Amino acid sequence: MTLNLDSKVPEGPMADKWSNYIAEQKLVNPANKRKFKIIVVGTGLAGASAAATFGELGYQVESFTFHDSPRRAHSIAAQGGINAAKNYPGDGDSVHRLFYDTVKGGDFRSREANVHRLAEVSVNIIDQMVAQGVPFAREYGGLLDNRSFGGAQVSRTFYARGQTGQQLLLGAYQQLSRQIGLGNVKLWNRIEMVDVVNIDGRCAGIVTRDLMTGEVRSHAAHAVVLATGGYGNAFFLSTNAMACNVTAAWRAHRRGAGFANPSYTQIHPTCIPQADEFQSKLTLMSESLRNDGRIWVPKDPDETRAAKDVPEDERDYYLERIYPSFGNLAPRDVSSRAAKRAVDAGQGVGPLKNGVYLDFAEAINRLGLDTVWERYSNLFEMYERITGEDPRETPMRIYPASHYTMGGLWVDYELQTTIPGLFAAGEANFSDHGANRLGASALMQGLSDGYFVLPYTIAPYLSDLLNKPIPDENHEAFTAAEQEARDRYQGYLDIGGTKSPDHFHRELGKIIWDYCGMGRNQVGLEKALAEIPALHEEFKTDLRVTGDGASMNQTLEKAARVDDFFELGMLMCKDALVREESCGGHFREEYQTDDGEAVRNDDEFAHVTAWEWSGDPSNPIENREPLEYEVVKFATRSYK
Amino acid sequence: MAQTLSRGPVTGTAVKAPGKKKPFVLDLYGTAVGKKYVMAITGLVGLGFVITHMIGNLKVFLGPINEDGQRVYDIDIYGEFLRDLAVPLLPRTYVLWGLRFVLIGAVLLHIHAAYGLTQINRKARSVKYQSARDYQIANFASRSMRYTGVIVLLFIIWHIADLTWGSTGADWSRGDVYFNIDQSLSRIPVALLYIVANIALGIHLFHGVWSLFQSLGWNNPRFNAWRRNAAIGAAALIVVGNVSIPVATLAGIIEFDDTVVSVHDLHGSGEEEGADE
Amino acid sequence: MSHTLTNISLKIWRQDGPDGQGRFETHQIPEISDEASFLEMLDILNERLIEENKEAIVFDHDCREGICGTCSLMIDGQAHGPQKGTATCQLHMRTFSSGDEIVIEPWRATAFPIIKDLMVDRSPFDRIVEAGGFITAPTGGAPDANLIPIPKPVSDSAMDNAACIGCGACVAACPNGAASLFTSAKLTHLNVLPQGQSERFKRAESMVETMEEYFGSCTNHGECSSACPKEISIDAIAVMNTDYRKSKLKNRKSLSRK
Repeated sequence: MTLNLDSKVPEGPMADKWSNYIAEQKLVNPANKRKFKIIVVGTGLAGASAAATFGELGYQVESFTFHDSPRRAHSIAAQGGINAAKNYPGDGDSVHRLFYDTVKGGDFRSREANVHRLAEVSVNIIDQMVAQGVPFAREYGGLLDNRSFGGAQVSRTFYARGQTGQQLLLGAYQQLSRQIGLGNVKLWNRIEMVDVVNIDGRCAGIVTRDLMTGEVRSHAAHAVVLATGGYGNAFFLSTNAMACNVTAAWRAHRRGAGFANPSYTQIHPTCIPQADEFQSKLTLMSESLRNDGRIWVPKDPDETRAAKDVPEDERDYYLERIYPSFGNLAPRDVSSRAAKRAVDAGQGVGPLKNGVYLDFAEAINRLGLDTVWERYSNLFEMYERITGEDPRETPMRIYPASHYTMGGLWVDYELQTTIPGLFAAGEANFSDHGANRLGASALMQGLSDGYFVLPYTIAPYLSDLLNKPIPDENHEAFTAAEQEARDRYQGYLDIGGTKSPDHFHRELGKIIWDYCGMGRNQVGLEKALAEIPALHEEFKTDLRVTGDGASMNQTLEKAARVDDFFELGMLMCKDALVREESCGGHFREEYQTDDGEAVRNDDEFAHVTAWEWSGDPSNPIENREPLEYEVVKFATRSYK
Repeated sequence: MAQTLSRGPVTGTAVKAPGKKKPFVLDLYGTAVGKKYVMAITGLVGLGFVITHMIGNLKVFLGPINEDGQRVYDIDIYGEFLRDLAVPLLPRTYVLWGLRFVLIGAVLLHIHAAYGLTQINRKARSVKYQSARDYQIANFASRSMRYTGVIVLLFIIWHIADLTWGSTGADWSRGDVYFNIDQSLSRIPVALLYIVANIALGIHLFHGVWSLFQSLGWNNPRFNAWRRNAAIGAAALIVVGNVSIPVATLAGIIEFDDTVVSVHDLHGSGEEEGADE
Repeated sequence: MSHTLTNISLKIWRQDGPDGQGRFETHQIPEISDEASFLEMLDILNERLIEENKEAIVFDHDCREGICGTCSLMIDGQAHGPQKGTATCQLHMRTFSSGDEIVIEPWRATAFPIIKDLMVDRSPFDRIVEAGGFITAPTGGAPDANLIPIPKPVSDSAMDNAACIGCGACVAACPNGAASLFTSAKLTHLNVLPQGQSERFKRAESMVETMEEYFGSCTNHGECSSACPKEISIDAIAVMNTDYRKSKLKNRKSLSRK
């Protein structure tokens, strides 16, 4: 154990920690801010909001996106909403309750102080976004509307139709655009970060590759923020966008940043099942559908009749049966596993028998077609566009899919990784969701990190560097990293094998999904840890990348990303293997009750596992940050 | 790996040197949105003229009326009325000329703005689609504006030469509107020309009338549904009204009767006054 | 349920770079499931091209859920293809029939130069937003979110226009290569909200003028709205025209008051 995992949680009672921190932190005076240069990689909610705020504060900011425009970041695809402890409906919500729900929802595997801060600033986020013109849903009286989400007992979710992520991202993008227009932020688009460079134990900048020209070059700065999202695409099939990847975080990890809890991945229960083996992407259907839809499978695995012809007594409404108090609203991890059990038992529906029904017939009878249509028309239409079936006539088919990753770069209370000067924000870090994220909390965390946390927590680091120049881009650490990157990309082109990057990605994804997906066990994980390196070897010798490295080449981009997914995949399995308990998104089949519920082991595993790069991807070094709970008491999550 | 020229970052795009201040109208006209305003307003002037002109022309169907015991063509009296507008406040034909200048100005501006917009739009897509487009909403009218516009312009010039200057070969007498119409439109090719040109005008107006609400920003959900109807109505009205005249002439419904007195004789005023019409 | 389409032939635009001479290339798809999305068909074609040691076709795409606005493609002469209110990534093969020839071209506009094959550079859209497509509200210090009630119809109208995904289909579909729908959607979103009033006319002036540096002019064909995957109405363009005219007067007035 050589990583320094000092969480730097401030002193004082939980509710005062953040205000104490703000009151006592070191500041950078306005005249000095312009002397500091900060690089922000990624322009999603966390990246765009951080870059915009740094720009407003007066720092020199350079913002990087591998998309054509900052507005394309995948935050845009979030549908449901954003939580905030505003208590506008007056139904008993408070900062403390949001904090408590998030810690409990995370299965007691998150850092309390971070979560409390998140709950505190959640209220500022809503104020901020409304001031920017985000058109949240409103009541007829003109005040903001709230809904309950993901089985929460209070209505604390703000939403903008089924496009909340889009509207919030556009808000942050517009703030960033304003700073770009004013000249406070420099935007580099279609540029991918391919390495992190450290000089004298501090992060000194990054190396990038221009996707349009293949040019590899360095960018030096006083501090670097990675807001590069999650790694859900390790599974190949996921609800993530096609380009989402782990490269930025992984390259940072290889340069010394600890990677925490990679096995904590969230599987979302309501996605449209795969239609054929060439499918490249799964589509999420908002969880809100479970408010009115009933989930069932035929009792008989050999059932061949159409859904509506299956009589009531031959249907198994398994969620209502097993979890009578939560029924169809059981949390994501619980209902995902239940669907998997049904499909594994051969009761799956659809041509590939790989889904379960989400049936609106009962809701239509009870509420009338008009009401149901009013509530879900956009989702019904989307479903019909994709599957060609009308959910009003025949039940939807759904199946769980990889959706979000709670794991990520280890960060302390200041969101600093184990490399001084390298910060991580949003889904790229591991901090706030523990082993399972609650619905409508991802948007909250991204904006909280970018708008309200980093702008404060980066100052103490910078204030120590006052009057130190921006590192020299010609320093040998930079030139060496550049050369390494050039060789790496040229290497993919030179292999001259027979199989495409997508082929390997699909194979890799299958292994990770089968052995490190919804259910994991020692045998499977060990098998995966043997298969992945073998496949990786094949990748290194049999990859084929056509085209050249000096113009836009999506095959080449993909090759590099898949290469990093291989190494990450090994770490995910390794992490899942050593965590001998079931918690949140991590379900070890050896650790369950007789009726299939997760069994957590707080005595031995109430810690964060932060992995350290050893140079050999199959032998990472384990480090632990113990989790101490001052306020919340351990309890078993039960939804029966 | 071959290195290509570095691309720089984007920044400071909204910081612009303040431009020279021009008068409001010129400033607005310098922009494409401003040019569309000019198109719409001059188009409205043109539309107003076309409608008035048509109403006046339809008097041809009223034929001769009794005026001080003499039979005289109603439309000839109307022609005289136009020349006499605001007399005696202003000398004869002053107002008419004033209106003509407004109309000519509007037409010139309409053409100038259209030319400017066409240039802008050509530049905006310097390489065209290499495969066939499949338009969904854009209709024949909206896509043929510049062609129907040119047809209408050429027609107006011919129409003035024909019935104002009498220089297209038909028998022509200044101020005898009914006579001149009959003489000119009895020629079948000329009647056909009038019909074709008015259909082109109708097509031009169909898109123009719908479009001007958009350009002027006159948009209200309450009357949006009526805009399409207004455009169809205006276009149909003009086409039917104007085309009826050559058709009626060919059909012999409009047939000059030489027992009817010329309007000059009625008022005792003559060509010696040298007034244009 | 699902069935297989056969003998689809694709005529696809290939171009090596911004200055390259482009050409159509024809590829056969002998069999494809009608459950496949249009872009999955291109994925499969690309796999085959790599197998044949040829360069894969470059095209922009990302979320495949119709919300990020990255995908483009002129399909059979229509921006985003034949299905209304649908981005290319949500278009499925069941819209087509066996034996079809499908022509795929990049967006074409002078402001959207081709980067390679079917990929174009849409960054002028970012320039328009940078010019004024925001409400100035620096982080911190925002008043309580419920301080200003906003009538639901106003909020709904803002949302209708804010739904724009910035894909550029409006420009691609417009016979004039105009970006009026994109610009006016953003303007209308911000200009109808109470929060947007302080900068309303400054925003209108600078966004429209930046737009005109790159794009053609609106001649009210309505093609943009018909191609828009979010079906944004051209009513927004009328709002833009009004606000721009007013801006020319109001901005002058407030400037001369200095």
